[in-house]
Amino acid sequence: MDDHDHDHPQYSELSEMDARVRALETLLTEKGLVDRAALDAVVERYEKEVGPHNGAQVVAKAWTDAEYRRWLLEDADAAIASLGHVGRQGEHMVALENTPERHNMVVCTLCSCYPWPVLGLPPVWYKSPAYRSKVVIDPRGVLADFGVSLPEGTQIKVWDSTAEMRYLVIPVRPEGTDGMSEGQLAELVTRDSMIGTGLVHAPSGAAR
Amino acid sequence: MDTTAAGTLARISAAAGAELPLPPPSEQVFAAPWQAQVFAMTVTLHEAGAFSWSEWARTLGRHVSGGRPDGSDYYERWADALAEMLRNRGIATQEDMERATRAWHEAAARTPHGMPIEL
Repeated sequence: MDDHDHDHPQYSELSEMDARVRALETLLTEKGLVDRAALDAVVERYEKEVGPHNGAQVVAKAWTDAEYRRWLLEDADAAIASLGHVGRQGEHMVALENTPERHNMVVCTLCSCYPWPVLGLPPVWYKSPAYRSKVVIDPRGVLADFGVSLPEGTQIKVWDSTAEMRYLVIPVRPEGTDGMSEGQLAELVTRDSMIGTGLVHAPSGAAR
Repeated sequence: MDTTAAGTLARISAAAGAELPLPPPSEQVFAAPWQAQVFAMTVTLHEAGAFSWSEWARTLGRHVSGGRPDGSDYYERWADALAEMLRNRGIATQEDMERATRAWHEAAARTPHGMPIEL
C-alpha cells in the first residue's frame, strides 16, 4: 500500500470551534438551560421560516395598498405583526421609504443588529467590519461595490441599527410593474433592496 | 482613544486604507453546524430570560469590534461573547468550558471515523 492512511484505523477529529461549541451545549444541557429539541427548533426557524420572503411580502403590500403603506410608515411593529412576522428580541421596527429624492441604507456599527423577523439572519457582508465602517464613510462607494449607482441629486441616509431599533427599507417600486399582483411583486423584492444596498428591477420583458 | 463602535470602525477603516473589499456574497445562513448551534443556544438563553438582547448586543459588539475586516470570524467572536456571558452570569466557569472542550476532543479521538461522536 502506498497510502499509509490505510494501514491503521481512522479516528475522528473535531475542529476547535466544533469542540468548544459542543462543550457549551454540554454545560448548558447539564444545567437544564437548553435541550437539543429546542435548539433544533430555533435553527429550523431561522434557516427556513424567517427570511427575506417575509419582508418582500410587507414591501409588496405597501406598494399595492395605500392604507397599509401609511400604517407601515406610522407603526411598523403593528403593520408587520399583522402579517404574522413578530420579533422575539424586543426590538422596534421602523420602515424607511425610499424615494427618488432619498435613498435609505441600513447598518449596525456596533455588531450585527438586523430585522430578523422580516429579513432572517444577515448575510456575511452585513456583519463585516468592512461594510460597517465603509457605509458610514462612503455610502456611494458601497453602492458602487454592489453595482448600484444613484443620480447625483439623490440624498443618501444611513441608519444605524441597535438592539432596540431595526429598520426595513421600502425600496422604490420599479416602473413597468403596474399590472402585477402583490404576489408577483413580492418575487421581485430582493434582500439587498430592503437593506438599501440594492434596487428592485422590473422583470426583463416587462412593458416600459 | 475613542472607544465607541464608530471609533473602532474608523480605526479599522484607517488601517485598511481606501480599499475595503466587501466579502463575497453568501446565501447560506450558517457556514457550519457549530455556528447554528451557538446561535441557537444564545437565542434560547435570551428567550428563557438569561439576559436581555441589549446586554447581548453590547457583549457581542465588544467581541466583533476587533474582528477580521471580511467578517469571516464572526461566529468565532459570537462564541467568545457567549462564553463571556456565561462566565459573568455564573452559569459556567472558564475551567468548566476548558474541561468540557477537552472531553469532546478526547471523545473524537476514540471514535472511529464515520461514527457519531459522543461523550
